[in-house]
Amino acid sequence: MAAYVISQGHQGEIKYPTHVLAEFMKICAKHNLTSVRKISSLSGFIIQEYLREKLTESTEKLRGADIFVRSLIDEGVNHLFGYPGGAVLHIYDALYRQTEIDHILVRHEQGATHAADGYARATGKPGVVLVTSGPGVTNAITGIATAYMDSIPMVVFSGQVPRNMIGNDAFQEVDAIGISRPCVKHNFLVKDVKDLASIIKKAFYVAKSGRPGPVLVDIPKDVTADLCEYSYPQDIEMRSYRPVTKGHPGQIKRAIKLLASAKKPMIYTGGGVILGEAHEELTNMTQKLGYPITNTLMGLGAYPASDGQFLGMLGMHGTYEANMAMHHCDVLFAIGARFDDRVTGDLEQFCPNARIIQIDVDPASISKNVPVDIPIVGDVKSVLTDINKLLDSQVHKIDKDAISQWWEQIKEWQKMDCLRFDRKTEKIKPQYVIETLHELTNGDAYVTSDVGQHQMWAAQFYNFNKPRRWINSGGLGTMGFGLPAAMGVKVAFPDETVACISGEASLVMCIQELSTCLQYHLPIKIILLNNRYMGMVRQWQEFFYDKRYSHSYMDALPDFIKLAESFGHVGLRVEKTSDVKDVLKQGLAMKDKLVLMDFITDQTENVYPMIAAGKGQHEMHLTPERELA
Amino acid sequence: MRHILSLLVENEAGALSRISGLFSARAFNIESLTVAPTEDESLSRMTIVTTGSEQIIEQITKQVNKLVDVIKVVDLNERAYIERELLLIKLDADKVENKKLESIVSEYKGSIIDESENTFMVEIINTGEVLDNVIENFDQSWILEVVRSGVSGIALGASVINK
Repeated sequence: MAAYVISQGHQGEIKYPTHVLAEFMKICAKHNLTSVRKISSLSGFIIQEYLREKLTESTEKLRGADIFVRSLIDEGVNHLFGYPGGAVLHIYDALYRQTEIDHILVRHEQGATHAADGYARATGKPGVVLVTSGPGVTNAITGIATAYMDSIPMVVFSGQVPRNMIGNDAFQEVDAIGISRPCVKHNFLVKDVKDLASIIKKAFYVAKSGRPGPVLVDIPKDVTADLCEYSYPQDIEMRSYRPVTKGHPGQIKRAIKLLASAKKPMIYTGGGVILGEAHEELTNMTQKLGYPITNTLMGLGAYPASDGQFLGMLGMHGTYEANMAMHHCDVLFAIGARFDDRVTGDLEQFCPNARIIQIDVDPASISKNVPVDIPIVGDVKSVLTDINKLLDSQVHKIDKDAISQWWEQIKEWQKMDCLRFDRKTEKIKPQYVIETLHELTNGDAYVTSDVGQHQMWAAQFYNFNKPRRWINSGGLGTMGFGLPAAMGVKVAFPDETVACISGEASLVMCIQELSTCLQYHLPIKIILLNNRYMGMVRQWQEFFYDKRYSHSYMDALPDFIKLAESFGHVGLRVEKTSDVKDVLKQGLAMKDKLVLMDFITDQTENVYPMIAAGKGQHEMHLTPERELA
Repeated sequence: MRHILSLLVENEAGALSRISGLFSARAFNIESLTVAPTEDESLSRMTIVTTGSEQIIEQITKQVNKLVDVIKVVDLNERAYIERELLLIKLDADKVENKKLESIVSEYKGSIIDESENTFMVEIINTGEVLDNVIENFDQSWILEVVRSGVSGIALGASVINK
């Protein structure tokens, strides 16, 4: 039978899909219209009307698995990170029969979630994951929690056992809804194929809007086999979910008044500015005001690090000047930042003299840890646009003398040169590696990291000038994040340089993804700062546990060069400072190869400045030889 | 301080666990929690009695409001409201002093809803605090079993908590 029946009606040529013709033929058979002569005895008009009616009803019934795939295509999904298994086999079969979505087969479900997460952080589009039931879901949980803590838009689809077996301890059954509940923005169990398309629409809407976050959709296997008519909703309206976007005009006016009156202002911004695509508005406002600015770990790149108003990152390993300016400021403007304990230190001593303005899209983030004087609930981009308009249209008397005195003070603090490190030694200093990477990539690479000392050094020394370039697990602190995240970024931006800065302890946590990188040709650069220790654990043990290095030494490490080679990649080892630059150049030049550069670094190096947990922001440690009073 | 929160939530299977899970995950207190469908069967009304400082109550309200299944959260303490709780109490008939029992039941406008050979069952509806007193008023040796419904609350006057 032809794919289409073409008939000539009074409205011109009309094409009818095969299944409509099939249904028509069935009706013909029912009425014993078996021959062409008998069929044509029916009036052409009646046939036309019948077929048209059938068409407008859109009676095309699809299996749940095909509805799933069609929904993703209609949602604009291009990439899907996943791993097959029993409960999602119908879906994988549907994926096999289409060409619009690229599926990236990972080697562990944790890798799928981190890759989707990296993809989302770099592009701003939700990352999409498909895993099977049971262990597929439990393996994905770490990655879901990572995305949740950093408010990353992600939609995770998990297979589930058939509906009639739910709750029976079936093979590969786990209560995905229950187990994911505390670490998702929302989750859905699809109980009927009729709801599948609208739930997928809702899942993407919830994941992307307001304060973004991961959403899990659990789909029982039999739902993916059931038939249903398909239509993807254009818009979605949820009576119980309506995020606020516009900031309150009265609050915005009060905020500007307070900002203008400041003598020692400080702007403190977080990941919300990047998630809310508000970096231009932020830069614009900050430069108009001429006030100092600091970014949190999650907020790096929202304001260009090379600009003179930028004081560096703040917090536990923030710069001396940023933390001192926080401690001494009289007006603090917090934008898309959540007053995390790694930022505030001891809450009793946090910004003791400051009146605080806070913008956040999530009302629950406002005054959660620190009471705020002027809260503004709203989308950061929208609120900053309003603020910029008011700053342009009205005259605000800023106390220029006070501000320049404030800058004098800040310059004094900057003279401390708190990020100084030994540049003369042949033992490789990790800071130097990152600094050189910045230089060779013009500060333009996408940099992912794992968790620990190397993460802090990357944050301190890469100097991000653009948003979405710095990709790390800030909130959950997930070791193993860096490599799969880099993979996700490279999928999104195949022509960009993507570097994963890692440590030898973190890297092996998701090392299996080297195989995915080979399969999909994802030539990322791994900058391994190999100090043979879990460096941050070792650092804390040195400081707070009298150098009892309990289980922080990485004995029996693999030969990382051979490891890279065994996965089909290139490995380069670097053992002295004088080779660092050349090897980095060499590695970066191999555009079509994944290169693992194994830098054997100084084991004794620590991250400074450091505020010990529970101390005030001004109580920083610098390197031992110049400890502060 | 004790607060009564009135919630309007989607009548869906996971809604209760999302809310109770939030309370345990964030170490918020729940003194009691009641839930039942409303006249609109797609909605449930939940009354939660909780305690905490003003700052904690504000966080609770915001965090609960943030849940996607929650349509509305109102802190009843911010307005005039009425609360009621049902107490069912089973008493040992051999130990009960009938006169004292009758006087307590009539004082609190309760009723004896069942009598068996060995037991009395008393029903009283009042505020949580009054019910605490009622239970104390009974001689503790009389009491076989106490069942309380948890508090339900509603705002007084024209104010209505609707979607």
